[in-house]
Amino acid sequence: MNGDEVKRETESSPEPAASRDAAYWAKQVSKLTVGEVPPEAISRNVEGKRVVGPIQGFGKMWQKTFKVRLHGADVSPQEVVSTWKEKFASFWPEKNFFYGPLTGIAPGEVALLNLAMPGRVKLSTGVLVVYADDESFAFMTPQGHMLAGWITFSAHEEEGVSVAQVQELIRAQDPVTELAFAFGAHKKQNEFWKDTLRSLARHFGVDDPEVETHGTCVDRRRQWRRAGNVWHSAAIRSGLYTMTAPMRAVRRRKAPA
Amino acid sequence: MSTGTASTGVRRVGNAGIIDIKGDITAASEDVLMEAYNEASSDGARTIALNFSGLEYMNSGGIGLLVTLLVRANRQRHRLLAFGLTDHYREIFELTRLDEAIAIYPDEQEALAAAGAR
Repeated sequence: MNGDEVKRETESSPEPAASRDAAYWAKQVSKLTVGEVPPEAISRNVEGKRVVGPIQGFGKMWQKTFKVRLHGADVSPQEVVSTWKEKFASFWPEKNFFYGPLTGIAPGEVALLNLAMPGRVKLSTGVLVVYADDESFAFMTPQGHMLAGWITFSAHEEEGVSVAQVQELIRAQDPVTELAFAFGAHKKQNEFWKDTLRSLARHFGVDDPEVETHGTCVDRRRQWRRAGNVWHSAAIRSGLYTMTAPMRAVRRRKAPA
Repeated sequence: MSTGTASTGVRRVGNAGIIDIKGDITAASEDVLMEAYNEASSDGARTIALNFSGLEYMNSGGIGLLVTLLVRANRQRHRLLAFGLTDHYREIFELTRLDEAIAIYPDEQEALAAAGAR
């Protein structure tokens, strides 16, 4: 192929220029695939599930913002996000586990969550890293997660101080979770992110971090046509899995070696 | 209307209001986009069509903003459509499942035909 031919070929089929954000978004996935997981992780309710946004959820839609000012910390928003991505799991409240990929948080990666629930139940679910750039990253939840929507983690500067922020745009995914929200689960969820931000701030040397919270009900309507989401509920399935553990143990003991 | 991130133009074709979006859509575009929506829906338009052919950048905050716009449109019984998306942004709509609530058309003509505006 000579130079003229190459030129003609290029002219006849011009490639569209890649968007500036192309590298930051996950590629389209129809169903989630869980990669290698540590032996202590419970990997249930994620493999083969679809991701869901607030449009696919059941309950009222909420936008909740939690932010902490990193007073006295000489750190840029980019450095905050870089550290947050790298050590994400370490900032979570104790007894809750985030099993992310070893390569760190990157678009398209699937992470497992093992969350402490009442009654010694360990809720197993996950998230898809749907977006990640230098100043923010966002998770989307799978079917069965308590929440349907996006959680965005970001950092920016306000009056010369770096501010770390968590923002949820979510609905309860099913009627059972919506009921739980009405009886205190909202508060628990808020405390989860407040604890996370306090840990992050302490990591950057902030002594007594104060977390600001702002919540707005974006849509008061419940989407009753989504009530069937309860079928996938990771909370119910994890609860049943815990309750039936003794039966599985007996069956294992009786099984021939 | 213009911000550091996005600028919008508003047109009326038949019973549809068209918002031409140019530049970047991020969470910071909220005021400009909501103002454009108010203008597009001010004189009885039943359908609001978002023209994304000038979209240059969108992050997760931008997608969140489109969801809140959709909620507002539903509340006011407006139909929200989109056209002019590149393959990349169409994939993002599919990934985030926004395409299940905002109908996507390849161009303005088809969007307006679907809206019954032409």
